[in-house]
Amino acid sequence: MAIKQAAVVGVAESDEIGVVPNKSTLQLQGEAVLNALDDAGLALRDVDGLFTAGFRTTEVAEYLGIQPRYFDGTHVGGSSFVVHLGHAAAAIASGRIETALIVHGESGRSRVGLPASGSSAQGMEGQFENPYGMPGAPGAYAMACARHMHQYGTNERQLAEIAVAARKWAQLNPRAFKRDPLSIEEVLASPYVSWPFRKLDCCLVTDAAGAVVVTSLERARDLKKAPVRVLGWGEGHDHQIISQMPDLTSAPGRISGPDAFAMAGIVHADIDVAEIYDSFTYTVLTSLEDLGFCKKGEGGDFVSGGRIAPGGDFPLNTSGGGLSYTHPGMFGIFTIIECVRQLRGEFRGEGLRQIADARIGLVHGTGGKLSATGTAILAAD
Amino acid sequence: MTDYIKPLPKFDPVTAPFWDSLKAEKIEIQCCEDCASYVFYPRALCPHCSSRRLKWTPVSGRGRVYTLTVVHKAPGAFQADAPYVVALVDLEEGCRMMSNIVDVAPDPEAVKIGMPVEIVYEHVTEAVTLPKFRPVTR
Repeated sequence: MAIKQAAVVGVAESDEIGVVPNKSTLQLQGEAVLNALDDAGLALRDVDGLFTAGFRTTEVAEYLGIQPRYFDGTHVGGSSFVVHLGHAAAAIASGRIETALIVHGESGRSRVGLPASGSSAQGMEGQFENPYGMPGAPGAYAMACARHMHQYGTNERQLAEIAVAARKWAQLNPRAFKRDPLSIEEVLASPYVSWPFRKLDCCLVTDAAGAVVVTSLERARDLKKAPVRVLGWGEGHDHQIISQMPDLTSAPGRISGPDAFAMAGIVHADIDVAEIYDSFTYTVLTSLEDLGFCKKGEGGDFVSGGRIAPGGDFPLNTSGGGLSYTHPGMFGIFTIIECVRQLRGEFRGEGLRQIADARIGLVHGTGGKLSATGTAILAAD
Repeated sequence: MTDYIKPLPKFDPVTAPFWDSLKAEKIEIQCCEDCASYVFYPRALCPHCSSRRLKWTPVSGRGRVYTLTVVHKAPGAFQADAPYVVALVDLEEGCRMMSNIVDVAPDPEAVKIGMPVEIVYEHVTEAVTLPKFRPVTR
């Protein structure tokens, strides 16, 4: 069987994002799915592969009224959906399926109809972390950041650059949750949540869903919008709980990044736009290092001086990211949505909102407690 | 002690000897009889060499702070304690565990990475003793 290339053909959010207290998690997901299929010019009956995390694949398929012949519920937190994109492309390449649907959403802020969750007192986190008052993700990422600061001299001002750049991008995005001006001084004046993280180092909590439709490049060329090809992907695992992370300054982007670049056959200088999951400011900094955009320890310098802000020479998180645009629970799906829109040139005529001549983009998700990553490289056809 | 409302570990057959050793104030960690690595958390196999021969071994209870966070926004039952320090401690024998650093100000100026610490046994319920660490002053 001939290997088929895969392309993203539809991307969308739910009808409303932000504070949506009158809609359940599944309703938000349903809206995003229908919007993404409409973006592609496809219908639910065309979907034969379903990829999701949070809810079981059966729960989502049942709600949508579909009976997929291929499904993948790989759950590696916020990186899940970038990992799913690679898995979907592989399933399409093998001829196993024609059209894949990737979906995630949460009523993260209003807490309506969330999937079941919670850890057991007999699990490893329950036995060896929770008794010490570990505050989940903020505490885990904060510990990694503190170690990075100790080893490499990274400072709070460099972290604040990341929050400020995200806000500047969000000011260009009408759908962003936080659009008021933000300065480095204001970030540094916000209260500590879990030292060294302050409130404004941490992502938003919103209600939102996103969906992505993938099909073969051959079929994509007959659809509504210009296809965005999936050139390469990679995934990496490291640990589950933070006390088991071998080196807190090195996340598994060191595994997923090189695999994605090698498969795509491109180099870092070819990347025109990067969408990197910003659960915390530090997540961006370590990801840039792990992916090889700079050396380990140089992330602080890399992001400084407005380099990743609008007009800078390394456009990053052009939607405003999880820090300022939206963040329902697991942001990874939105990195793909924004990257596809940039590569389609959907923001032409909107000034800095559109990255001029964006041909190749990188998306990167980090999940759990820096536990797993997914990286994908996308290109305009 | 029965009014302790914070999350407690629920032991399993493999981890129970660790918790029992804390109750006796004589901390023990598994050591691999094949590759001599100390293993934590407790397991049925050595994650370094895949041996099944792990032996409970007394350890010093001394170590150094590998990293830390000072928690200001705490999970429910811990709110009255904030701010407090959650740290990863590298034991002298070469394995790492999460704990709290106690008997010191919850301040990154007072609790530093690399600082030597020693175990204190905190008997929180009849069944559970938590291993906490304090700066070595001697």
